[in-house]
Amino acid sequence: MLAAIIITLLVIASVVFHFLNPWQQTVLASNWGSMDEILSITFLVCGLFFVAIMFFFIYCLVRYRHREGHAAHYRSHNKKLEGWLIAVTSIGICALLAPGLVVYGQFVKPPDNAMNVEVLGQQWRWAFRFPGNDGLLGTTSVKHIGPKNQFGINPSDPNGQDDRLIHTNELRLPIDQPINFLLRSIDVLHNFYVPQLRSKMDLIPGIVTSFWATPTLIGRYEALCAELCGVGHYNMRGHLVIVSQPEFDIWLSQQPTFSEIITSNTNDGLAEQGQQLAQNRGCIACHSVDGSKSLGPGWLGLYGKTETLSDGTTLSVDAPILRNPLSIPQLKSCVIIHP
Amino acid sequence: MAYAEDAERQVLHEPKSYWTKYVWSQDHKVIAIQYSLTAIAVGLVALVLSGLMRMQLGFPGVLDINASEYYQYMTMHGMIMVIYLLTALFLGGFGNYLIPLMVGARDMVFPFVNMLSYWVYLLSVLILISSFFVPGGPTGAGWTLYPPQSISQGTPGTEWGIILMLVSLIFFIVAATMGGLNYVTTVLQARTHGMTLMRMPLSVWGIFTATILALLAFPALFVSGVMMLLDKTIGTSFFMPEMMSLGQQMSHSGGSPVLFQHLFWFFGHPEVYIVALPAFGIISDIISVHARKIIFGYKMMVWAIVVIGGLSFVVWAHHMYISGMNPYFGFFFATTTLIIAVPTALKVYNWILTLWKGDIHFTVPMLFALAFILTFLVGGLTGLFLGNVVVDIPLSDTYFVVAHFHMVMGVAPILVIFGAIYHWYPKMTGRMLNDTIGKLHFWITFLGTYLIYFPMHYLGIQGMPRRYFSFEGIEFISQSAYTLNQFITVVAIVVGISQILFIYNLIHSFTKGKPSGNNPWKAASLEWCTPDTPPHHGNWGPKLPVVYRGAYDYSIPGLADDFVSQTSTNTSVGIVGDIQEEGS
Repeated sequence: MLAAIIITLLVIASVVFHFLNPWQQTVLASNWGSMDEILSITFLVCGLFFVAIMFFFIYCLVRYRHREGHAAHYRSHNKKLEGWLIAVTSIGICALLAPGLVVYGQFVKPPDNAMNVEVLGQQWRWAFRFPGNDGLLGTTSVKHIGPKNQFGINPSDPNGQDDRLIHTNELRLPIDQPINFLLRSIDVLHNFYVPQLRSKMDLIPGIVTSFWATPTLIGRYEALCAELCGVGHYNMRGHLVIVSQPEFDIWLSQQPTFSEIITSNTNDGLAEQGQQLAQNRGCIACHSVDGSKSLGPGWLGLYGKTETLSDGTTLSVDAPILRNPLSIPQLKSCVIIHP
Repeated sequence: MAYAEDAERQVLHEPKSYWTKYVWSQDHKVIAIQYSLTAIAVGLVALVLSGLMRMQLGFPGVLDINASEYYQYMTMHGMIMVIYLLTALFLGGFGNYLIPLMVGARDMVFPFVNMLSYWVYLLSVLILISSFFVPGGPTGAGWTLYPPQSISQGTPGTEWGIILMLVSLIFFIVAATMGGLNYVTTVLQARTHGMTLMRMPLSVWGIFTATILALLAFPALFVSGVMMLLDKTIGTSFFMPEMMSLGQQMSHSGGSPVLFQHLFWFFGHPEVYIVALPAFGIISDIISVHARKIIFGYKMMVWAIVVIGGLSFVVWAHHMYISGMNPYFGFFFATTTLIIAVPTALKVYNWILTLWKGDIHFTVPMLFALAFILTFLVGGLTGLFLGNVVVDIPLSDTYFVVAHFHMVMGVAPILVIFGAIYHWYPKMTGRMLNDTIGKLHFWITFLGTYLIYFPMHYLGIQGMPRRYFSFEGIEFISQSAYTLNQFITVVAIVVGISQILFIYNLIHSFTKGKPSGNNPWKAASLEWCTPDTPPHHGNWGPKLPVVYRGAYDYSIPGLADDFVSQTSTNTSVGIVGDIQEEGS
């Protein structure tokens, strides 16, 4: 009896919790409201089955609990009842699957007027590429990757010369414009995950994957990696900023093109250069600028400090180490090897 | 039934020395206990790892855990729980113990291979555990071991950990194959007089079907493990495309990371049912015994197990909806995945319909069985969310998935394992487990796990990504989500520590428990008819039992006892003519 009471309370609490808990979906910022609707349908159908099945379950526990003189019935099966149950379940399944597949049909076909944007993932940061006025992205290969060509764009491909490159972790997109996200990774698997867009997809080295969405709400949203990509996975974060079309056009025209970057002579101050490098190379995934503890040692006050390595030995951090950490034998086995 | 007659002609040689009786034993019951104890021991390691992970998620910084360690704990926890605990315990443990006793065999058909299976399994466990002590530690690639990151720089344990993991898996598969051949052959060839396939208890049907799945699915993991090992050690490119690794160009080219995922889940999804089908079978038997009622729709239950087993081979890519595979696969795999819900739902209905008009005894095994129904229902229904491709897309890689699979193939099978141990411990040892400790253990475990995983779904609804060492600075995650994480951690620690109750009960009752007699639950199935408890080597004495009926004859109207053993004839218990069903 105690079991029946506690299970009853659990079922009621589960249903109440569903309606009252504070952890609801993030605000919707794309056209994929239909995904939210299918989620609601699924909650409804599954919730009804859950309550109905549990109600009958609890009824059986109370009504047919063991008492003196009470005996079980001898009943091996009931074909008709089983047939009905299969039928009702199948209808429930169809009610979930049919609308789901209709929406999925939209998901697999990006609209013709969708704008291509490349999302480039690498451990542990994002970069983005827009096609230039020709509307075409230049071809790429890992072989072309170098200090000034982080995307690996083929330098002899005319289509790539006017591609606009965004090396920071922030992507801007115009509102109400269907976007076809072309996803490319140069190292391991990643996943471009903006919760407010609802749709997402893995990045796979070697091939280009894609998904599409139309941003519908101006705002600044977080873009996370949602496919385990190594120790810095949880720190692979960026932003998606949705702005008006004019604002987007101005912003995009300010971004450097590929040909500008390879012909430029960067003469920024050393500090800015370092900051840029740290961000571009993904160093900040493991090393904090303010010295707080992360995977690697924080940089603030690192010079001259004594660090304890994972094998227990200590090391005083001096100039030769900072210039070339791999020259120190203990560091080779203890740390993640740096690029 | 050539086997049975042959088995009766042979003289029994019971081993006499301690070593051949308890260590290098070829007795399926000893091997079963060796398998079980090893699995529980390594499972406790995984339990501690989950506690460490929960501490980092609930109270970051309290224990000095860094990101590398977190991912290593996560990987080892997952792999140990799925493979080295659940698979080994259901097949190597319960499969070994129950099959010969339930079908009326003297032992497994190949006792020597059966013994080898255990020792190779132990070797695989030792190799796996040794990875904690090598430079760089165990692999932190996640239990799915997706390349390229599982073998490229930037992931913990790419020096030795991943190699040991793959080698350990290869040994495990060798062990599971040797065991599996035995289970299948024994069920098909070594049943006693009168034990037709459709008189076998559902436990045997579940384990039998799961073993066939294992024999067909593990080769996919074996192949991918060998290929990845070659990619890692001699630089082949089965799964490695042309790529960079932390700024350096690698020499690989032409491999496909998605191919690995297909192979992995071609194994990985049947693996879910390798764990679930034995659980389905065992729970059917426990419910029937403790509700004193014939299992509802036995034939449908058998067919549901077989159909689920078959379908489990054509649903694997529902783990890969957003993997970048051809998106048109989604239509097919969403459909097959939701179809599999029909036979699964039928099983849930029939369990409850077995309770309906029953005589429900709330014993400890029964409590675990009832808790299983609730837990499995929640886990099964959330499976409909994730199986339906467009609902999966936003929820994939969030805590919704973590909550779902822990409910459906973590907690639910573990509840079955507990229920089964409370149910069959008397047969294994001749003593009952302590009831009070059992009930306390049950309530903490059941309520605790529900409190951990039910609210966790909603973290996923909010979008909290899984496999995150730290959520610091993520703005869309509300402050209350951190509070929930603390709550979950506290409950998880309590549930983890409370397992000491169970371990204590196992040890204490082994010598101090109440003597159980041959058949404490008054169960009808064959394993309770052994002449000795615990059964001796050879199980049945000089003559094998003869079976006259199915395993579920409870509460036949007009009889003095409320059960009729499988070895009883109609005339011996006083049944005249056909048994009249009630309410039809």
